[in-house]
Amino acid sequence: MIRYLLTFICAFCTYLVLTAGSGEIGLWSAFEIGAGVIIALVVAAASTKWFCPSTDYRMANPLRWILLGIYICIPFFLEIIRANIDVAIRIITGNINPGIVKVNPGLKTGFGQLIFASSVTLTPGTLTLEANEKTGAFYIHMLSVPQDMVKKKTVDAADIFSYFKIHEWVRRIAE
Amino acid sequence: MALDILVVICIGIGLLAIGLGVVGILRFPDVYTRLHAETKMTTLGAIFICLAVILTEGGVYLATKDVGHIILMLHTLLALAALGFTNALSAHAIGRAAYRSGIRPELSVVDRLKEVKSDD
Repeated sequence: MIRYLLTFICAFCTYLVLTAGSGEIGLWSAFEIGAGVIIALVVAAASTKWFCPSTDYRMANPLRWILLGIYICIPFFLEIIRANIDVAIRIITGNINPGIVKVNPGLKTGFGQLIFASSVTLTPGTLTLEANEKTGAFYIHMLSVPQDMVKKKTVDAADIFSYFKIHEWVRRIAE
Repeated sequence: MALDILVVICIGIGLLAIGLGVVGILRFPDVYTRLHAETKMTTLGAIFICLAVILTEGGVYLATKDVGHIILMLHTLLALAALGFTNALSAHAIGRAAYRSGIRPELSVVDRLKEVKSDD
């Protein structure tokens, strides 16, 4: 029941964002709110099974979503900018040193692993090729592997990024 | 006026990033390195072009007080979120599929995934 309710709230909020500005009750018209409730009920009935598969409700805490927003806007965005400049220089000079390294950030939950893998992939110069859900290890293709990483069997997660401890942020958000 | 300059700078950075991505596709040697140029540089380009749209709409809203412009900003943000997620996932899917179908990275200095696969 809680799973159904959570899916309903998410679907309803998405509908409200997409129809904002249609009338006078706040930003919405009475018709849009009514239609939103009905559509969200149907969508929740159809998608609860895969949208909210577990009974672990830690992601229902709005603070975690606020933290996710802060994470995307500050540490993640700065990392993207820094890495893009680095990749742009490598594109122009052609100075690349590619390789696949193994990283184990020690994340246990599926959502945390998803955020970490997506962060790594969206940061230029690193690309998640394979993930092992059981051990939490990631195999990352790097455009330029530093010399000291070539020898190491498992690279520290903090060495993949330069300024921020991304895996610590992800752990705070998702675990 | 200051806003216009900011918008132009954002569009300029976006176009530069996308242009460099195209050059990267032509210059890099294999599928994995090309994926770096192709997916990530274009994401950054799209982020800055969307930022330019948001700034423009914000400026128009301040001048006219028409709620429609706020809604366009919201929709741009939503499109950006969808783009970010799908771009990351598709890059991962292409890379993984390429590795599984037997394409080995060229010029690679280290390949930890190969060691695991050969253990299986």
